[in-house]
Amino acid sequence: MMELDQKSTRALKFFAPQMVTISKSGIFRLILLLIFIVGGIYALLVQIIEGHVVTGMRDNVVWGIYIVNFIFFIGISYAGALISGILHLLRVKWRTPIIRIAEIITVISTFIGPIYILLCMGRLDRLHHLAVFGRIQSPIIWDVLAISTYLIGSIIFLYLASIRDMAALRDYPFESKWRNGVYKFFAVNYRGTSRQNRYLDRALDTMSAIIIPLAVLVHSVLAWIFGMTLRPGWHSTIFAPYFVVAAVFSGTGVLIIALWIFRRFYNLKSYITKIHFNYLGIILMILGALYGYFTFSEYLTSWYGSETWDMEVLYKLFDTSEYWWWFFFAAFIGVLLPIIVILIPKFRNINSITAVSVIAVAALWVKRYLIIIPTLETPLLPLQDMRSEYIRYSPTLVEWLLTFSGVATFFLFFFLFSKLVPIVPVVKADDSVNYSQLRKTVMKRIIKRKIKEEKLKEAKKIEHL
Amino acid sequence: MAKKSKRRSFIKYGLAAGAVALTSGPGCVEKKDEEEEGEKVRMLTTDGKLVEIDRHKVREVAHKHVPPEEAREGIPGKKWVMVIDLSRCRNARKCVTRCQEMHYLAPEDEWIKVFLMQDSADTAPYWFPKPCFHCNQPPCVKVCPVGATYKRTDGIVLVDNERCIGCKFCMTACPYSSRVFHWKEPEGKEEAAHNDYSPETSVPALVGTVGKCDFCPDMARMGKLPVCVTGCPNGAILFGDKNEDIVSNGSETFRFSELIYERAGYHFMAELGTEPNVYYLPPVDRMFDYELGFKTLSEEQQKFYRNSIVKKH
Repeated sequence: MMELDQKSTRALKFFAPQMVTISKSGIFRLILLLIFIVGGIYALLVQIIEGHVVTGMRDNVVWGIYIVNFIFFIGISYAGALISGILHLLRVKWRTPIIRIAEIITVISTFIGPIYILLCMGRLDRLHHLAVFGRIQSPIIWDVLAISTYLIGSIIFLYLASIRDMAALRDYPFESKWRNGVYKFFAVNYRGTSRQNRYLDRALDTMSAIIIPLAVLVHSVLAWIFGMTLRPGWHSTIFAPYFVVAAVFSGTGVLIIALWIFRRFYNLKSYITKIHFNYLGIILMILGALYGYFTFSEYLTSWYGSETWDMEVLYKLFDTSEYWWWFFFAAFIGVLLPIIVILIPKFRNINSITAVSVIAVAALWVKRYLIIIPTLETPLLPLQDMRSEYIRYSPTLVEWLLTFSGVATFFLFFFLFSKLVPIVPVVKADDSVNYSQLRKTVMKRIIKRKIKEEKLKEAKKIEHL
Repeated sequence: MAKKSKRRSFIKYGLAAGAVALTSGPGCVEKKDEEEEGEKVRMLTTDGKLVEIDRHKVREVAHKHVPPEEAREGIPGKKWVMVIDLSRCRNARKCVTRCQEMHYLAPEDEWIKVFLMQDSADTAPYWFPKPCFHCNQPPCVKVCPVGATYKRTDGIVLVDNERCIGCKFCMTACPYSSRVFHWKEPEGKEEAAHNDYSPETSVPALVGTVGKCDFCPDMARMGKLPVCVTGCPNGAILFGDKNEDIVSNGSETFRFSELIYERAGYHFMAELGTEPNVYYLPPVDRMFDYELGFKTLSEEQQKFYRNSIVKKH
């Protein structure tokens, strides 16, 4: 048995019953999700049987919304990287109740994202070729390596940060005993001893330090898939940082949305408070400004330089009969609205912050679409003697079904996770590092070194004499 | 099949003799008993001479099947180049259709395309046949995650559709839009099915993989020119070995270096640094008015071409 303080016991008693029951509306939502997923499976079968001809993709636009979804999901995985990476190392106190939600977002979206790459592949049956014939020169292999490492790292972090709760759940009297068995296995004999705590904290710190560069790498590599080609709109040196900033922006947005949903449907008002929305909102605002700056810089330079090919893509983005309204939404509304709403205290509240997060996340999906599709619709050689579907891409029903089923899978996994671990950490991690202790050890080391140096000096003096 | 054998025989009797000199590969004409007399066939050599050969002496070299591993090597000692003379092109589109017949391609799959180009509003439009450039610095090969597309010692870039995973990265990487994807089961699948697959023939095609112009190395092995070259009624496309410094369109043969020097041969979009193995001769002293090229197009196609040329203004 592990000793729990009063607060943790109260939290455990609040969450543990929630994990074994499901409300009627919960069942309804679950069925809705399953319908979407079955729709996706049907679409996938159609695509496998008929070939990729059932998609809107053709020889010019060879990548469609599958790739858009891929970037989107990998982007929102940054929710966890932000919370468990940066905020963890900075020891930000208010992050504790939301750390689990952020980490689960990361794990699920990093899992779902690459599935869209598989959907885009012509020969799914040859997936093993990546291992057998893999060439390290190809950015796709970089992607495979980076994302799989990131996924494993995120799973490890999520697990390490859940061990304390697993131990608490192990000791909780569930009706079905298999749960206790599972938690016993995953709690790895954690008893809350000071030695165990020290090791666990050190492991968490190490993992969060590893997660940050990994996360940066993942989206950089993803950006380089486009940046390495010789295409207008893609062949840009700022693509990697641009994608990284966009990813953190969208990750923060999705985190805010998730918090709002959980706060509402899981009755977590006492855990997830206005403070979280305010702080995350301010982070969102700063990232929005940074992202807007990158966007401005990217389009300004290609417009000012006015190379023929760059201009052809730009014309499409600014042409009202083509992409202008989408571009306006993605590059103006989706950036400026979150900044304005969060900047002015009068507008800033839980619902408004969530609303602008929804807009920002939607705008980022559209932005990825505008990065991929118009460029592919503008090859260096003019499009001639081509049927209209070769010139203009529009996603088909199959692609939309698979897109929505991906989103549904995201929510389904979230639901399953919430039934396995408490959505808010129950046992408060003791992450307030004992600074006085730390200072003492550091001082001791410094004094030791000083003494050594002194001794050396004296020894030299003696030699000199 | 019928089409193919017809094409074969056309080349066999028309050009085989000329092509022997060109590639000096395994010979087309076998030496047999010289005393044996028989029916004579007339053959045209590359330098335009008409010669007579005994029919029994003419042999079509059996189509050598080159398995995928061997096809990665390239034909020893060769460095294939293509020269396209823009002053001779009138968009007859024979290169396109011959290539499609040869490789059992659907009408929308064009491994060699003919573009209508106009460099600026004041310059004259011209027709621009464009195969795969078989670049020496191929961006497509660079990005392939599984080495399904590769560069050979003889300069040819091929696709191994038994290895291709269909990620289409090569298609986005190729700045010249040279590649096509098989979005569905390829047309003419039954006809092509009797062929053992080799990256050198690119037949039969496979759904979910990438295909492109392969410079017809299977023809080269038989000592023949690619079908787009022999198909062109105006001899606009020339093909040959850079090491031997010779290119031919089937009826005329040139020194490659002289031709490029005298006619100011150039690379298309050389600034991309891909170092293509296809050279263009500028459209000066044209044989045809470019308007003539619209004759081969349907009205719908004409509209496409004219629209896209207007856009460039």
